Amino acid sequence: MSGAASSQFASARFREARTIDWLELDQRIREIERGRASGLSDEDLFELPVLYRAALSSLSVARETSLDADLVAYLEALCARAYFVLYGVQPPLRRRIASYFATGWPLALRSLARETVIAVLLMLLGAVATYCLVASDPSWYHSIVPADLAGGRGPQSSAAELRAGLYDGGGKDGMLGVFATYLFTHNAQISLMCFALGFAFGVPTILLLVYNGCILGAFMAVFVSKGLGLPLAAWLSIHGTTEMFAIAIAGAAGLRIGMAVAFPGRLSRTAATAKAGRTAAFAMIGVVLMLAVAGLLEGVGRQIVTSDLIRVAIGGGALLLWLLYFYVMPVRDEDAHG
Amino acid sequence: MAKAHASRDNRQDKDQNRRTFITPEGVDLKLDIAPVGERLGAFMIDVVIIVVALVIFSIFLVLGLRGAGQTQFQALAMVWLLGFFVFRNGYFALFELSSRGATPGKRLTKLRVISRDGSRLRGHQVVARNAMRELELFLPTMFLLSQSADFLTGLFGLLWTGIFALFPFFNRDRLRVGDMIAGTWVVRLPRRELGDSVATRAAPEQARYTFSDAQLSVYGEFELQKLEEVLRRNDEYSMIVVARTIRERLGMPPTDSGDDHAFLEAYYTALCQRLERGMLFGKRKKDKYQR
Repeated sequence: MSGAASSQFASARFREARTIDWLELDQRIREIERGRASGLSDEDLFELPVLYRAALSSLSVARETSLDADLVAYLEALCARAYFVLYGVQPPLRRRIASYFATGWPLALRSLARETVIAVLLMLLGAVATYCLVASDPSWYHSIVPADLAGGRGPQSSAAELRAGLYDGGGKDGMLGVFATYLFTHNAQISLMCFALGFAFGVPTILLLVYNGCILGAFMAVFVSKGLGLPLAAWLSIHGTTEMFAIAIAGAAGLRIGMAVAFPGRLSRTAATAKAGRTAAFAMIGVVLMLAVAGLLEGVGRQIVTSDLIRVAIGGGALLLWLLYFYVMPVRDEDAHG
Repeated sequence: MAKAHASRDNRQDKDQNRRTFITPEGVDLKLDIAPVGERLGAFMIDVVIIVVALVIFSIFLVLGLRGAGQTQFQALAMVWLLGFFVFRNGYFALFELSSRGATPGKRLTKLRVISRDGSRLRGHQVVARNAMRELELFLPTMFLLSQSADFLTGLFGLLWTGIFALFPFFNRDRLRVGDMIAGTWVVRLPRRELGDSVATRAAPEQARYTFSDAQLSVYGEFELQKLEEVLRRNDEYSMIVVARTIRERLGMPPTDSGDDHAFLEAYYTALCQRLERGMLFGKRKKDKYQR
């Protein structure tokens, strides 16, 4: 590689003069990609954008003056990696989490308000319809409530049995923690499903929401017929307000996506779904948290607190807090860090 | 931020996966969309990692269970349930949330998740694209494994959920349902080494061959880059074939001298020099058909 030979080429001269900078950038990007960014000095980091722009400019020049395909491919790969290192910098995790709770979550739920109301109405529809159905003919109960969920409770149970089920801690003494954890993971999985199924134009999400209401209505009908309506409402409300709310939000997120897929409006279908997905995903992160709270209330709180009044107070208080946080708390309208 | 749209140039197979991706500096990075095969490979690696991790995790907990009391048993059961939940739902999301934007499987196959609009990958995008795995993966598996449903229900369910699972095959950008919802792309981001230029290596031999202007105007850029590929691969058999073809085309007598490599390098250098000089004056010759 003598100087005389290589200087015949304009592109070879160009390459010789800049290779050092490219290799330097390559080296630093590699360090950062390996997670050793802290090993670089401030000076190295300040030089990074300069080296990146130099490499980009080299890429533009190489595309126009050099026919060395390998060189162009190398520069393309190098620039792309550098781009994602430089422009992909994430703000600190703590700030992202704080921003999510301060603005991202409430704002997402506010924009989902219409869908949330629809989801709640769908659940109510299922509940009322099933209540009437089971109240008029108790045999419907078994075709609506799956056996493992019923846990032996049903129209054939006596009032005393049902009452015991509401107050004795579910016979799971000492296992409250496991019970709570199980409920949380189970419900979270269901709500994720509710969200994901929204993609099928929202139809399965609607079915899931209505069915959820149906189970509630069937339970109600059986307990009311035995004169246990109020205790059941208290038993359900301690965790149910949070849990049902969370499921309604998951359903609302699914509906938003389904609507965007079915009726994208002025945007392209891809753009519309991506936009809906942003709001929906913001809401979903919170749903999993809400279900964790609901799991705690259900698994631990409900088994320890056996007074109807306190159960209703806790459930109502939780609902009030959620509502205040989501829809009333003042929120600065800024771009949320994801 | 950066703008991205599909590149219209699909002269070659390779270019069908290329997408225009313009940085804020105004340069097109021309990213390659990851093919379905590579993504499946990455996913398989991740599944193996998850399964192995879960098995090890469970074994540790079971070992811890021996001789444990009621409270310890409860704690371990809780840890197991939560751990299972986190592995199932969080593995992909947690890795993609890091600055690398890739799970270990994607890292090994040199893939990366990026935001289609060119901005940094947001947390909600990662959550959305991975929550959708419920639909793409869990539902079809459920229908595939369920024994209780009758045959027709199972078949219908499988067909219905199969649409979601096979979504990447039905669109040009190879988007999963999750990618569509999240506004993300999965691209190839290989690390390349800078090879030596083929031309400069050939310089000392240049004197042995001289080419006339007519001989150098036969081929264009496309053929030049194919020749570069052949020279880089350095495979003796293909060089013999290529050298014979070029000699025929240039009207040079075939030789058995055995220095086809030197001949090809000399021709490459001369042709490259000529074409690059033309480029500087704005004259480009795409391929041999262009006059």
